[in-house]
Amino acid sequence: MGKFWVIFVASISILLPFLCNSFSPETPTDRRVLVLLDDFAVKSSHSSYFNSLKLRGFDLDFKLADDPKIALQRYGQYLYDALILFCPSVERFGGSVDVAAIINFVDSGHDLIIAADVNASDLIREVATECGVDFDEDPSAMVIDHTGYAVSETEGDHTLIASDDFIKSDVIIGSKKIEAPVLFQGIGHSLNPVNSLVLKVLSASPSAYSANPLSKLSTPPSLTGSAISLVSVVQARNNARILITGSLSMFSNRFFRSGVQKSGSSTKYEKSGNEQFLTELSKWIFHERGHLKAVNVKHHKVVETDEPALYRINDELEYSVEIYEWSGTSWEPYVTDDVQVQFYMMSPYILKTLSNDKKGLYSASFKVPDVYGVFQFKVEYQKLGYTSLSLSKQIPVRPYRHNEYERFIPTAYPYYGAAFSTMAGFFIFSFVHLYNK
Amino acid sequence: MSNSYTSDILKPFKLKTKQQELLIRVLILCLVYILAFITRLFSVLRYESMIHEFDPYFNYRTTLYVTQHGFYDFWNWFDYESWYPLGRIVGGTLYPGLMVTAALIYRLLHFLRFAVHIREVCVLTAPFFASNTTLVAYFFGKEIWDSGAGLVAAILIAVCPGYISRSVAGSYDNEGVAIFALLFTFYLFVKAVNTGSLAWGLASAFGYFYMVSAWGGYVFIINLIPLYVLVLLITGRYSMRLYVAYNCLYILGMLLAMQIRFVGFQHVQSGEHMAAMGVFFLMQVFYFLDWVKHMLSDTNLFQEFLRITVTCAVAVGGIALGVGMASGYISPWTGRFYSLLDPTYAKDHIPIIASVSEHQPTAWSSFMFDFHILLFLFPAGLYFCFKRLSDATIFIVMYGLTSMYFAGVMVRLILVATPAVCLISAIAVSATVKNLTVLLRSKTKVAQIGSTKGTSSAKASSKASLDQSQPFQKNGAMALLFGAFYLLSRYATHCTWVTSEAYSSPSIVLAARGAHGNRVIFDDYREAYFWLRQNTPLDAKVMSWWDYGYQITAMGNRTVIVDNNTWNNTHIATVGRAMSSYEDEAYEIIRSLDVDYVLVVFGGVTGYSSDDINKFLWMVRIGGGVFPVIKEPDYLVNGEYRIDKGAAPKMLNCLMYKLSYYRFGEMMTEYGKPPGYDRARGVEIGNKDIKLEHLEEAFTTSNWIVRIYKVKPPNNRW
Repeated sequence: MGKFWVIFVASISILLPFLCNSFSPETPTDRRVLVLLDDFAVKSSHSSYFNSLKLRGFDLDFKLADDPKIALQRYGQYLYDALILFCPSVERFGGSVDVAAIINFVDSGHDLIIAADVNASDLIREVATECGVDFDEDPSAMVIDHTGYAVSETEGDHTLIASDDFIKSDVIIGSKKIEAPVLFQGIGHSLNPVNSLVLKVLSASPSAYSANPLSKLSTPPSLTGSAISLVSVVQARNNARILITGSLSMFSNRFFRSGVQKSGSSTKYEKSGNEQFLTELSKWIFHERGHLKAVNVKHHKVVETDEPALYRINDELEYSVEIYEWSGTSWEPYVTDDVQVQFYMMSPYILKTLSNDKKGLYSASFKVPDVYGVFQFKVEYQKLGYTSLSLSKQIPVRPYRHNEYERFIPTAYPYYGAAFSTMAGFFIFSFVHLYNK
Repeated sequence: MSNSYTSDILKPFKLKTKQQELLIRVLILCLVYILAFITRLFSVLRYESMIHEFDPYFNYRTTLYVTQHGFYDFWNWFDYESWYPLGRIVGGTLYPGLMVTAALIYRLLHFLRFAVHIREVCVLTAPFFASNTTLVAYFFGKEIWDSGAGLVAAILIAVCPGYISRSVAGSYDNEGVAIFALLFTFYLFVKAVNTGSLAWGLASAFGYFYMVSAWGGYVFIINLIPLYVLVLLITGRYSMRLYVAYNCLYILGMLLAMQIRFVGFQHVQSGEHMAAMGVFFLMQVFYFLDWVKHMLSDTNLFQEFLRITVTCAVAVGGIALGVGMASGYISPWTGRFYSLLDPTYAKDHIPIIASVSEHQPTAWSSFMFDFHILLFLFPAGLYFCFKRLSDATIFIVMYGLTSMYFAGVMVRLILVATPAVCLISAIAVSATVKNLTVLLRSKTKVAQIGSTKGTSSAKASSKASLDQSQPFQKNGAMALLFGAFYLLSRYATHCTWVTSEAYSSPSIVLAARGAHGNRVIFDDYREAYFWLRQNTPLDAKVMSWWDYGYQITAMGNRTVIVDNNTWNNTHIATVGRAMSSYEDEAYEIIRSLDVDYVLVVFGGVTGYSSDDINKFLWMVRIGGGVFPVIKEPDYLVNGEYRIDKGAAPKMLNCLMYKLSYYRFGEMMTEYGKPPGYDRARGVEIGNKDIKLEHLEEAFTTSNWIVRIYKVKPPNNRW
């Protein structure tokens, strides 16, 4: 009996890490990914992309989008950490999945990749709209570029675009420069101006426009120039990341392998930039890069170590926080010189850059302003590509106690003298007056 | 035989007339003392032993703090649960007299091994001090008239509704002890003036100190007494007694008052206290002149000297005042003080003062309600005072007249006038009754004397009675006595009725008559505050109109943005602006103040009329006073305040309207009326389809009186 228990406990303790290796604040990289497809043919035609994900340790679960058994959560627990929608034409998801379920999935901190295409369904458009981008309303419109197209066999087809107008962020698209242009063929979208979180990662050239390539252009196209976004990302406030693109074929093996030559340019690349661009981008989307965490927020008076319940005005204090970046496998110290702390009450009274010790510990020391009230230590670190750090810690600041003022002030000595001499004088006067008849 | 034996036994106990009178007087005073206490217990009987209204909740919370943390922590208490994020230095912004008194009573009771809860002490503090006031009224009446007037004054003040309104059990407010302190100070001062004793002057200084520690109304004392002294000087009643009494009160009282942190240097710097200082210097000049007059025998020389001195003194005083004002050393009068002198001032300049219902000018009906027959006895008493003018009666006349003026300016100051009105009325009652009884008794006495002494003096006595008496004099006196008895009994009935019906409501628990005449209790406020206490995070910030701030911190134990200590007009205006803006604009303000919950009071379901919609125009005015983007005409239609279909569009979509009427359009409130019928205002609401974007309903009490909304975090993907 005892032996049985030992085996049971041992097996639990061995299994536990495996049971728990899903997404968590401690290991932010996604593990389980649900891929919804229109057709299982995509699985093989886009196998390079999927394989690169599998090689990085992701557990891909391929399902048809209208499979009645698909479900994002069971018993209140999400079954997946990320969702890839490679199903541009799906009219209705199977199972319990709908737009609200997908939005809830994102709002509870999970990642999403959406690839639409020409004739994208209303469902996919709706999901994209919820994420802050609007696909061209004309269902058969494609992005056309008569100057920035990729040279190909079929002369006059300017819907295959070679674009190299990337976002300037090493965190999002990797530090290695993407030499070759990226091939794109599909529908364009624009960013909702109200949404401040959506970013254009790959935008079309100024000469591009969005229209139906088969019909004659009778009215001016609604989307033109670099307002057209080819690939966009969103980092939600809860740090869920979303990738939206209007081209499913971008991810295909064919585009990954084909060479590319941009029109008007003499350089011909053996291999398009798609593989590098999309793989690096997926690293960002799945939190293998640019994910920060702040721990051990501490503050105390300069000479003490314990955190007080409140400060007094003009106290000297020290504030420290540890910031780490997730490297994909472990937490590495995050080193930068632009993290600032605010001592904030309605507006920042003190704004100070934190100095770091190259091991992730950021600290600053300053003097509490001569103002009492309920202050906050605020660190609002929002840097392009990184998860946003928003730390605030409330701390009241009290005025002096009645016995914390100076007891005797040098400038007041004349008054002390006056008071005491009056008292002495009064005493002498009384004495003289009473006994000197 | 047995008869004489018992009388022998009782002989040592037999009292002389004087002693009998004393016994009766003490007995009456004891009964009055008890009466004053128990008549104030109606509220406990009707509801329960609880703290009433708004401000008392703050006082209760601070008292709790004193008893738990001791005096010095209370003195230095920085309260970060109110006025988020500014906080409030409680110790330096309140009058600690009430809390310290209650804490001392609590300590004393515990020392005597009575394990009472601090709440019970707080609830019963005001009745206890009201009882003490009756004693002071007796002595005061005795000082200015005679002991009979004192007794009547004690009885009148014991049940006078004007005083009861602020001192029922549970009304744990500064006024509860302050009226006692006020009257006590006046009594001691008058005693000091009458006797010229330094000891009484010292006592009055301490009385003044207690008053300063208890209530901001001490300003009334420090202005009335100089005014009184000035009147005595002008009428040529200057005396050494007055000099001693006033100087002792002013100097020692000032030094003591400056020990209260909230007053501090204001006592020598602010405009309200300048009159006292001016009169103080004037007294010195007077004394000096008196001395010079005494030294100089030549009148002409003295006249010349007088002219020069007075001119110089006035000039120096004027220059000092001018320089002080210009340099900012002497602060100008506060808005509240101005609004006393000029009742229209607050309405035009400071909406936050005008918005408080107890700062409104008094209606005639409330004089009648609070004073009843005293209103008619008051002039009669003045007549008697003028007939027997003395330093003391001049004082009570001045107190009566000035306080009556202030009572007319502000409803709440009826309270200050009440003791004066009671005292002066008592003089009228006492003098009248005394005259009548003397008339009655003298006649019988004369008859008796006539019968006993026989015929020898009968002629003389009958002559005397013929001389002084008119026909039916005795009957007339009897009738008048009965009339007085009838009026006084009506007064007693009225007072009891007012106390039980009008002034015993805690206003935090509402009572109404149901359809079948049964009593319905709405306990929604406490339900809501308890919900806050139980269901929200400890550091949650609640935004509401400032009326409910004290209650939320005391009962809900949550941080509030603004509360009834209206010290920061801008902060209140910010809340007023949020309430009167559209939801998305309000959301910006709400986020900037870190608000987690918004609380509104709504009476549309129950017909409770003092809710936030009825207060809303004040929010607009106060908000608009600081932020001109809020304009009152935007919320009115042709100058009319409406909430139905014809209401202004901004009104129908502002945050306060939305929060009050959210989902109200689905509700049937009254049979035979359309859904969304507002019973407090008697109209069908104009916007029934209210959608909230940034807030969500968190809790609504069972009668919808309090509605709490949770502020949603910003949209995740936008």
